Amino acid sequence: MNIVLLYALTGCAIFTVGLYALFTRRHLLRKVLAANVAGSGLFLVFIAIAYGTPGERPDPVPHAMVLTGIVVAVSATALALVLAVRFRAVTGRTSFGEEEEAKRDEEPGASSVKAPDDKDGEGT
Amino acid sequence: MISALSLFDLVLIILLLWLAWHLLSARDLFRATVLFITYGLLMSLAWVRLKAPDVALAEAAIGAGITGALVLVALGRFGEAESDEAEPGSLWLRGLVASAALGLFALLGWAVWSLPTEMAGLKAQVFERMGESGVENPVTGVLLNFRAWDTLLEMAVLFLAVLGAWSLGEAEEPSMPAPGESLLALVRLLIPLIVLVSGYLLWLGETAPGGAFQGGAVLASGFVLLLLAGVRPIPSLMGWPLRAALGSGFALFLVVAVAVTGGSRMLLEYPPGWEKGLILLIEGVLTLAIAVTLGVLFAGGRPPASPGAGKRGEKR
Repeated sequence: MNIVLLYALTGCAIFTVGLYALFTRRHLLRKVLAANVAGSGLFLVFIAIAYGTPGERPDPVPHAMVLTGIVVAVSATALALVLAVRFRAVTGRTSFGEEEEAKRDEEPGASSVKAPDDKDGEGT
Repeated sequence: MISALSLFDLVLIILLLWLAWHLLSARDLFRATVLFITYGLLMSLAWVRLKAPDVALAEAAIGAGITGALVLVALGRFGEAESDEAEPGSLWLRGLVASAALGLFALLGWAVWSLPTEMAGLKAQVFERMGESGVENPVTGVLLNFRAWDTLLEMAVLFLAVLGAWSLGEAEEPSMPAPGESLLALVRLLIPLIVLVSGYLLWLGETAPGGAFQGGAVLASGFVLLLLAGVRPIPSLMGWPLRAALGSGFALFLVVAVAVTGGSRMLLEYPPGWEKGLILLIEGVLTLAIAVTLGVLFAGGRPPASPGAGKRGEKR
């Protein structure tokens, strides 16, 4: 196994972990972090493949695309965070789940009834 | 280009995977954010290792630095108790998502595995025409000349993010203790250095790793530092000068794009001989626009309407 493949596969793994967390984590800030982690996994695949091109220097085109991607990701993150803070200020909740927050306050163990709420979370 | 696996690579990869997992499953959100910043810094080590120094600079400044600061300040605005959370969701649902994710990983892994080992990419075309680009750093050449279209639209995205953030309300004061003497002393020491480094990165971008994005991000960190230190902006700058600075990057880029059009030249096709000057002009304005945009996004909303109360704005 060579370096390029190893880093590219790591990128795939990080992307998958980020995606999994995006769907399963409930707290909005956690979702924002998860989306960022998933994005960085994708960047790693790009840069690994750019490194693998034959010749002395790597391919600059994926580098430019990842640079653009990093800036777009930070603006999307900033907007998502402003939206999340606003959502929190208006509704007093930290996630999209409807009732589970009140429920959790009463009985922390009641997690099996939360399944329908997760659907809302996935839509983001 | 294919070298043998080293211990360094293995340690770095294991650390990256470990951090990615732990930052996403940490119960305490503050801990998760700190791990995220660590993860970003290690990721920029990986970019250096893969010979992408431009990306490494941007990742360290934007991916780890600015994003981390944004999440931390949002965490402060969210308030205390709810930052910790047990892993939610029913077990079967998590199992379902996990197996779907594993399936996706298998597919992606297979796709990466079956890529041809020697891919030329667009490297040959880029290096062949570097002489026409007006700059010596190929990444800057791609960003500001060959694929300037991407960068133009990227500025539009930054501008839209500010419009979105401003339409949601006014910036609010994050709950922070009053700055101590040491922080103020640090600010006085760091701000001139930050301005210098930012200008240096901008100038360096022509020939070496650096450029508008890295310079802009470093300058933005100066704005963030000033906001954290509670430095009040000059109220008279919070009106149209701030708005002009925010729009300047996209506006100037667009004007140049259209102005060079004509005859047989297409949009963004710089006339021969003008490339370097035009790229430097665009990058200079872009640096300021990116810095102000990131600073405004950190403030989290439009400046308060009442004059004099504009604590959360941007200028020194």
